[in-house]
Amino acid sequence: MPDTALPPARPNRPVYLDNQATTRCDPRVATAMLPWFTEQYGNPHSVEHVMGLAAEEAVEQARTQLAALIGADAKEIVFTSGATESNNVAIKGAARYAARTGGTRRRIVTVATEHKCVLESVADLAEEGFEPVFLTVGADGLVDPDALRAALAVPTLLVSIMTVNNETGVVQDIAGLAAIAKAAGTLFHTDAAQAVGKIPLDAAGWRVDLLSVSGHKIYGPKGVGALFVRRRPRVRLAPLFSGGGQERGLRSGTLPAPLIVGLGEACRLAAAEMEEEARRIGELRARLFDRLRAEIPGLRVNGSMAARIPGNLNLTFPAATAAELMARAPELCVSTGSACSSAEIEPSYVLRAMGLSEEEAGRSLRIGIGRFTSPADIDYAAAALVAAHAGTVVPA
Amino acid sequence: MVSTLAWQNRSQGSGGRHYLDANASEPLRPEARAAVLVALGVTGNPSSVHGEGRNARRILEDARETLAMRFGARPERLVFTSGATEANAFALHALRGARRLIIGATEHDSIRAHARDATVLTADRRGVAELDALESILRQGPALVALMLANNETGTLQPIAETAALCRRYGAILHVDAVQAAGRLPVELDALGAHSLALSSHKLGGPLGAGALMLSSDAPAERPLITGGGQERGWRGGTPALPAIAGFAAAVAAAVDADRLATLRDAIEQAAVRQGAIVCGFGAERLANTTCLALPGVRADAQVIALDLEGIAVSAGAACSSGKVAASHVLTAMGLGALAGQAIRVSLPWNAESDCAQAFATAYARMAARLRPALAGAAAGA
Repeated sequence: MPDTALPPARPNRPVYLDNQATTRCDPRVATAMLPWFTEQYGNPHSVEHVMGLAAEEAVEQARTQLAALIGADAKEIVFTSGATESNNVAIKGAARYAARTGGTRRRIVTVATEHKCVLESVADLAEEGFEPVFLTVGADGLVDPDALRAALAVPTLLVSIMTVNNETGVVQDIAGLAAIAKAAGTLFHTDAAQAVGKIPLDAAGWRVDLLSVSGHKIYGPKGVGALFVRRRPRVRLAPLFSGGGQERGLRSGTLPAPLIVGLGEACRLAAAEMEEEARRIGELRARLFDRLRAEIPGLRVNGSMAARIPGNLNLTFPAATAAELMARAPELCVSTGSACSSAEIEPSYVLRAMGLSEEEAGRSLRIGIGRFTSPADIDYAAAALVAAHAGTVVPA
Repeated sequence: MVSTLAWQNRSQGSGGRHYLDANASEPLRPEARAAVLVALGVTGNPSSVHGEGRNARRILEDARETLAMRFGARPERLVFTSGATEANAFALHALRGARRLIIGATEHDSIRAHARDATVLTADRRGVAELDALESILRQGPALVALMLANNETGTLQPIAETAALCRRYGAILHVDAVQAAGRLPVELDALGAHSLALSSHKLGGPLGAGALMLSSDAPAERPLITGGGQERGWRGGTPALPAIAGFAAAVAAAVDADRLATLRDAIEQAAVRQGAIVCGFGAERLANTTCLALPGVRADAQVIALDLEGIAVSAGAACSSGKVAASHVLTAMGLGALAGQAIRVSLPWNAESDCAQAFATAYARMAARLRPALAGAAAGA
């Protein structure tokens, strides 16, 4: 175990169990980024002088690190400002390029439980004359392959299905779904923001065409992400914006070398530690789930437990709303669903799509265990939730 | 390829090198670095409702306030982006509506990317947009005008306040790329009278990876460029780049007008002129830190490489998608012909050392002597 991840003797206060919203930037990532924030300030595109060259070299190393983690070639990685931009570029870019070059396919198939930015990108395309189709999921959160096959009966331009859901942690069978799409001659995109570094990914082997990556969900910095764009056969996209022509014209704008170095280091750490970390986090989740189940009869877990990343629990409590639980345990950072445009605490559309009533969704919490969660944190969280559920306000 | 290690070794030499390529990227200010470090230690997502999230949100909103105050906008009309390229694209996307697009001839590529369906406004020999021409175009109907405040290659300033008044007289919308001007001279959206202003963090001493678009209260913005998540009041999806944004704001607070640099810049210019260089944009109001020097008959890339070997980092025009060494569209638009492929850009960073002008003069003379032996010799003997 890395020295920075040594569990503290006492729980961190507050206890942060919202690692699907964002993660702490790993101190080793911060350390790797530091020189690029200070003496190494060259513009990675200024390859006419040594400072620019050094920055370019660092960017290319990060590209290789990221590619290795997701089973891609470095040349297939385009850096972006984050997964939201990656999803926008992938979906709008693929559709607009196809339409611009005379393609006749207009159907775009996605899933009701996708991240907002995927759903909104598809909605934007509907205004441009594309035909969106939203697949539903079962109570386990999984897409039915036959439903995808049925949707593809109409010639389809693009399928976009997330690898891991941001609220439930449910893992889709991307290899199987991509194969169905490929058989129908359809492009396949997957939003892997919640999957990278959590489960092994194989962009090449799974035959996906486009795959989105986020930095801050994998203990890297906020403000950077990437899009895998397959080269063989080459997937063509219309850029979301142009000017400067960086990233082979797919994504203009000066590359943020320090953030990219951080993303690369986060990928390197994930590749080295994923297996051990998944085991450790899985044990912490089991410890929390067992405690809660034992003390709160009627507690329900949402989505498949088998097809799920190790760090996630999404629970419906029998006798208290999520808002009540969070108010009674203010030192415990959990959430009601995706972070995004918070303030709006409305019942999760993801849980609703899985068949929960609005009222049930309102009694549900997302718990995200991460790299820096200690056993003591878990014990605190279990005790705090049990107490809060019984109506007790947990003192700070 | 120069390895990272090789560069580190060289940089450790005692003041050997001079980085004079600030318009490509300013060195990070210490205040910005400190703010980045603090923000990197904050775990929360600014959209989360718990304490961690609220902490992050406070950093984000403080940054918004700092920028809005400095640049004359209302905080709720400031949208953080990944940088100025996105901010420029976002502005044209959001404000376009059914308007015809008019762009300056010397704009940055992020604006020129829209040139295909735009009317290009001509510039004079100094690089200043010709407003008489603009007026006759504006008479023809609703328009969105994009004009940069300071040019990235020559430093030439455009008459933005005058342009804004003209646009408003004809009901046109004005977007201003203020990337190179912000932090170097006073820039205020409301005082200028423009409708929107694009800013970049790393061009004013903040970290790479953040930018902003500021909208006037009467800017008719219609739609976001990057959707999803509802962040930035629905104007820009995606978790904000908190550390970069915190550093951006700290750099803005630390940036002072760059008058100090004018003396150094003038000395550099004089040294080059003595070797036969021509100052592109001379006679126009210019940024204090920038000069664009054409050396007749010598390719720009050869000059840049020769100066790099002498320890002076400059560029041949914009950095952007490197490798390409083409004639500058800016200088071509200014009518400089072949000189457009023979000019280097020298741009002094906020922390330029006082001996950089002398170092540049020596390096430039050696470069000119090597690449233009006959003429440089004559000039030196004169």
